[in-house]
Amino acid sequence: MAVVGIGQTKHVAARHDVSIAGLVREAASRALADAELTWADIDAVVIGKAPDFFEGVMMPELYLADALGAVGKPMLRVHTAGSVGGSTALVAANLVAARVHRTVLTLAFEKQSESNAMWGLSLPVPFQQPLLAGAGGFFAPHVRAYMRRTGAPDTVGSLVAYKDRRNALKNPYAHLHEHDITLEKVQASPMLWDPIRYSETCPSSDGACAMILTDRAGAARSPRPPAWVHGGAMRSEPTLFAGKDFVSPQAGKDCAADVYRQAGITDPRREIDAVEMYVPFSWYEPMWLENLGFADEGEGWKLTEAGVTELDGDLPVNPSGGVLSTNPIGASGMIRFAEAALQVRGQAGEHQVPDARRAVGHAYGGGAQFFAMWLVGAEEPPS
Amino acid sequence: MTAASPPDVLRAPLVVEFPFTRSLGPVQSAFLTGLREGVVLGVRTSDGKVMVPPTEYDPVTAEEIRDLVEVAATGTVTTWAWNPAPRPNQPLATPFAWVLVTLDGADTAILHALDAPGPAAVRTGMRVRVRWAADRIGAITDIACFEPHEGAADAADAGAAPHDGVFADAVTGIVAEARLDYTYSPGRAQTAYINALAERKTVGERCPSCRKVYVPPRGACPTCGVATTDQVEVGPAGTVTTYCIVNIKARNLDIEVPYVYAHIALDGAGLALHGRIGGIPYDQVRMGLRVEPVWTEGGRHPDHYRPTGEPDADYDAYKELI
Repeated sequence: MAVVGIGQTKHVAARHDVSIAGLVREAASRALADAELTWADIDAVVIGKAPDFFEGVMMPELYLADALGAVGKPMLRVHTAGSVGGSTALVAANLVAARVHRTVLTLAFEKQSESNAMWGLSLPVPFQQPLLAGAGGFFAPHVRAYMRRTGAPDTVGSLVAYKDRRNALKNPYAHLHEHDITLEKVQASPMLWDPIRYSETCPSSDGACAMILTDRAGAARSPRPPAWVHGGAMRSEPTLFAGKDFVSPQAGKDCAADVYRQAGITDPRREIDAVEMYVPFSWYEPMWLENLGFADEGEGWKLTEAGVTELDGDLPVNPSGGVLSTNPIGASGMIRFAEAALQVRGQAGEHQVPDARRAVGHAYGGGAQFFAMWLVGAEEPPS
Repeated sequence: MTAASPPDVLRAPLVVEFPFTRSLGPVQSAFLTGLREGVVLGVRTSDGKVMVPPTEYDPVTAEEIRDLVEVAATGTVTTWAWNPAPRPNQPLATPFAWVLVTLDGADTAILHALDAPGPAAVRTGMRVRVRWAADRIGAITDIACFEPHEGAADAADAGAAPHDGVFADAVTGIVAEARLDYTYSPGRAQTAYINALAERKTVGERCPSCRKVYVPPRGACPTCGVATTDQVEVGPAGTVTTYCIVNIKARNLDIEVPYVYAHIALDGAGLALHGRIGGIPYDQVRMGLRVEPVWTEGGRHPDHYRPTGEPDADYDAYKELI
């Protein structure tokens, strides 16, 4: 099975010119155009977004059926918090792999300008102590725990942010285009939730991302190089439990191990050419480098510090600019999966990693409890 | 049916409300602006049918459709249901009929309210007309409701006339008020936990399988999947396992910044809970700091935690709890 069409909107702070239907339509139409297919070629639609409370539209997939050409076809919704874009793509991929459908449109979106993430994430539940900090306050203590555990110098987070924001300048679809970014500016930005600085956090974006997945026969007809799916997996664990490792959750390790096993990868650091991982706060790059097996425990920050994850490094991470530069929450995971596919198709434009043959797309969500990951390649996997 | 909750389990109303904004896009913008101007617009689909309200995409072919047409403000009821007890924010405060109305010139029906004296006055096939709201703002409520109308569709009304959908000062967005009313119950285990807090005790529950103590308890161990029943008092002192310094003021929180938001493993607990650290300058808080709760009169939870003055805990003693 392979990706033969990819479409994104230009991600921005607010798309007041379109309805939600118009937003998803834009991404879906671009994916169809990329694949040179029409609505009639699509057998099923799999859609994902963040919780309904974000935009306050209950089951938005119902009203989007006509915008996505789903009338008369199966349409289903996937729902795994911030990882949803990744798990949505995997559900679509599984439908093709299982030969339930030949060609599936998968899409994820968020219109954060019209949503209320705070309301969606932290309802004022009676009897409970209110959470004393936002999303950054939830994740910042885990970053401190990572620094303590590994001895990482406190500058590593700013290196990631500086890299991702520069990469975003090469991606026309990225939300943030900070042309005058410097490392000094990142390091001088206000400390919001110490140890997380303002410039080390993701923006709020409006955007959508779509992919067309199809079987071998469909891939053979593809007008542009397909991205072959070599492996994909999801894993979950509770938000809180005794023994949970927030710095490197077991579910994330298991998810990556499953993907590598399917794809026959034994040394991810050497065998994988590009990584699009879900980094909403800069420090999650070194944390996930370890969690996904690209570095030994305690060593992830050394790759970042040595420039290995730069666009021209040995293992480029988030050449698109990543979640740090673009964050329509429900779509962010699918953008990672799609950007990995763009890399192995050689279609990533200015942020193309030269001769990328294998790439990983990764997403996580909830309180670091849902994980989704796939590995795509330029070559057809052995059957 | 589920069994009735035990009478000693806490319950409280939970109201969630928020005014969401919506960008309309070109078609809904024309439709709602039209209502403001006393014009009902539909859209012509690829097979020539007229949909009211209009949609942006053809329901059959999925093609983008933009051929707007004006239909009449009169129509025919295609089906209905009597609403004897209107709720707040429904179109009418007195009992009314929910109706599907196919406006003259349209091929699909619109859902709205019909002002009628009783169900005996409503029938499928009856003729109705729009009752416009006195003040129109470009919202579906610009149609106050429908009302009975004597007279068949005349020839002039029967057809749908092309309309460019262009109005001065078009409405491009709406505010959609959302409100959800729940009755919330924290359940047996958390009720016991909350009741113990009222006596300034922190009581968790031990998993009979892995022996970890859950605080707050949830009635079951998420790792072992078995019920937790043994109540265990933990604390009152504990160890800061990790923390962040919050420098931005959150809405609805009356706390001066900067302050320290910490994960605190109370002595005997199998995992950390979250709390604010006080009684020490924010930049002197550290991992391993020993703290104890500070209560305020009438507070349901500790207001914050302060240093006990004990030596810091050794990293190895709490690293599994981070």
